[in-house]
Parts: sequence; C-alpha cells; structure tokens
Amino acid sequence: MSTKTLYIEQQIWDYLQEVTDPEIPVLNIIEMGIARGVSIEGDKVTVFITPTYSGCPAMDAIEKMVKEKLVEKGVSNFDVKLDFSQTWTTDWMTDEAKIKLKDFGIAPPEKTTSEEDFLKSISGTKIVPCPLCDSFETELQSQFGSTACKAQYFCNSCHQPFEHFKCI
Amino acid sequence: MSTDTLTTQKAFLKYLLRLADDRLILGQRVSEWCGHGPVLEEDLALANIALDLIGHSSALYAYAAQIEDKGHDDDYFAYFRDDYEFTNLQLCELPKGDFGFTIARHFLFSSFSYYQYELLKNAKDEQFRGMINKHLKEIKYHLRHSRDWVLRLGDGTEESHERIQNAFDEVWMYVDELFYTDDVDEIMIASGNGADVNSFKDDWKKFVEDTLTEATLTIPDWDQYMISGSRNGMHTEHLGLILTQLQFLRRSHPEADWK
Repeated sequence: MSTKTLYIEQQIWDYLQEVTDPEIPVLNIIEMGIARGVSIEGDKVTVFITPTYSGCPAMDAIEKMVKEKLVEKGVSNFDVKLDFSQTWTTDWMTDEAKIKLKDFGIAPPEKTTSEEDFLKSISGTKIVPCPLCDSFETELQSQFGSTACKAQYFCNSCHQPFEHFKCI
Repeated sequence: MSTDTLTTQKAFLKYLLRLADDRLILGQRVSEWCGHGPVLEEDLALANIALDLIGHSSALYAYAAQIEDKGHDDDYFAYFRDDYEFTNLQLCELPKGDFGFTIARHFLFSSFSYYQYELLKNAKDEQFRGMINKHLKEIKYHLRHSRDWVLRLGDGTEESHERIQNAFDEVWMYVDELFYTDDVDEIMIASGNGADVNSFKDDWKKFVEDTLTEATLTIPDWDQYMISGSRNGMHTEHLGLILTQLQFLRRSHPEADWK
C-alpha cells in the first residue's frame, strides 16, 4: 500500500511539472517554488501552493491551471490549497530555474541577504549583470517592471533594456 | 465564552479592519495613476504598488472575516460597508494630487508601515504573522521607491522641489493619526499580536527628517494642528466619493461572480 501511495505522489509531482507560470512560460510551478507540497489520503489528492506576491494576478490563473491539469490527467478527488505558513522567497527557485530565466532574457534573482540593516542600506543599489551580454555596466530604471516580481534595468554595453527578477 | 475572549476577538477584528481599510483605500487611490503616470516606468510602478496594497487588504479582510465568524468574506468588508464604518486613516483617502503629493504621502505611509510591520512580524497568531512577513517584503520595495523619489524631486529642479515641499506641507496635518492608539491597540499589544506604535515614533521621525534633509527639503512643524478621528469612522468628504467609485459595480450586481 505504501509503495503505491509513494508512486501516486510522484505521479502528481510529474503532472505539476507540466504546469508553467503564465507570466514566465519557461518555468514550471515546481521550479518557481510555488508548488509546495502534495499529500494523499486514500484517493484524495491535496496540492499546496504558495502565492509569490500579494498582488500577483497570476495566482488565480495558476490555481485554475493546476485544477485543469489534474482533471486532464484523470484525477477526480482533489483539492488545491493555498499555504501561507511559510513566506515565499526567490531562494526557493531552483538553480536550474535561474539558468532558464537568464536564457529567457530575465536576470535571475541572487540569493537573498539578511536585511537587518534595511534602513541603512536603503539607498544602495546592487549591480545586476545583463542577462544578454553579461556586462556589469547596467543601471536600474525602475523598481517595478511589467509584473510585481520584476524590476526594469538598462544595459549600457549592449544598449538593451532587460528585466531583473527581484529577490525577496 | 468569557467576556475577556470576546473583547480580544473584537479587538482583533477592529485591528485587522484598520490595517486593511488603510490599504484598500490607499491602493484604490494609487490605482488612479494607472494610465496617467508621468512616465511609463512610474505608471507601472504605481499600478504594481496599488495591486500589492489591495492584495494586502484582501488577505487582511479574509482573516477578519474568519475572526468575526459571521459568514462574511473579504468582499463584504470592501464593498458592503458605508463610509462611517471604514476606519482607514484620512491620510490614505486624500485625493491623489500631483505626483509629488502621491510620493510624499506614500513615503510617510510606507515608512510608518515598515516600522509597524517590523514589530508585527513576531506576532503570536501564526496566520497573522505569516501575512505580515509576506507583506513586509513588499513594503520594503514601496519604501525604497517612494524614498528615492523624495530625494529626486526634492533635490531636483526648482519646480519639482517646490511641488514636493508643498506636498509635505499639505499632508503634514494628517501624520499624527498614524500614532493614534486606543483600547484596541492595548488589547492587541497585551495579547502579543499588536505593535506599540509609540515605541518607534522617535525613530520614525528621525528617519523622515533625515530623508527630507537629504532631499534639501524643509521639515514642516511637528507641533502644528493635527487631524484626528478616522480610526473611529470620522472622515473627509473624499472617502464617500472614492467608495462610490469602488463599490457601485458590486452593489449594482451583488450576485455577480467572476467564475
């Protein structure tokens, strides 16, 4: 029985791998760190997802996509629950995901640092290398880009605008 | 249920509604910039900030509904209460003004929120704490954004300097309310889920003064006449107008559903 349950759980993870982020289609929701857990009780499947940003309009879409995927795969008894117990952080993004982001033209988030001295470091801007030409001659244009999770940068070497996935 | 539990529960509900009302009303105000931003980047930034604030309010309202336990949901608190039931700060309901006013107000609000949430992030209630920690990360971005603009506008051209100075002068009489406290706060602090705002008042003032000084601005008089009353439902005429816009669709079609 336990072997069977494990097999099914893995199966659900495989299905979730096919659900991509609607705003960043090169990443699936496991790589994004959005799909946090799968639990199985008897024939009941529960998938736990964690929202990225509070105002992220993609969250409802993601929840719907997970449900559609499970229906498509023939899972009939399931529940998708939002898990707020831990705060989503870009540190949950896999290394592989960060490489994919860069190849997609988005500068990936670096590891978050402890922000005990947030107010002291508030005026400092960090250098984000250009995902297109790897130059460090870049400048911040706006803290907010096309979505809540991205900032706008400009590369002074290849003269291209690019987005940086903010680390939170 | 003992009277004590009831009081704590009611205080928690009021506390959540105060936090949520601030964010819903300010979020609605900031969203008025959508399509009207001074530059495209700022249009996007302000729309993002508005979305964050409305997202924060939605989570807080949903939890308030759970605490209240009367079968309401987040939409009920946003759409089906009248102006006198809203307990947001008057600071949050003032018209968006020019870009300088929006920035000055947001700088004061987000810096205050930062200090407040730094205390609330250790709240005893797990679900509340989870929310606060999430929102705090976003508040830091809002604060960085508005502070950068205070410096740029203050230390910018003659016109930008004059406008942001006027904005701070105009909004100043609304800042004292940030530090208003009553028995709701006392109960919340005692139960380990509230922030003692007066414990960081001096630090906050110093942070604001330092930023304004760096931006070559004159610090308005802290001892001038200050507005009060909004935590108990007293508002400017602007709240009624913003609620009309915010609520009319939902009230016209109360059974409407997105799904």
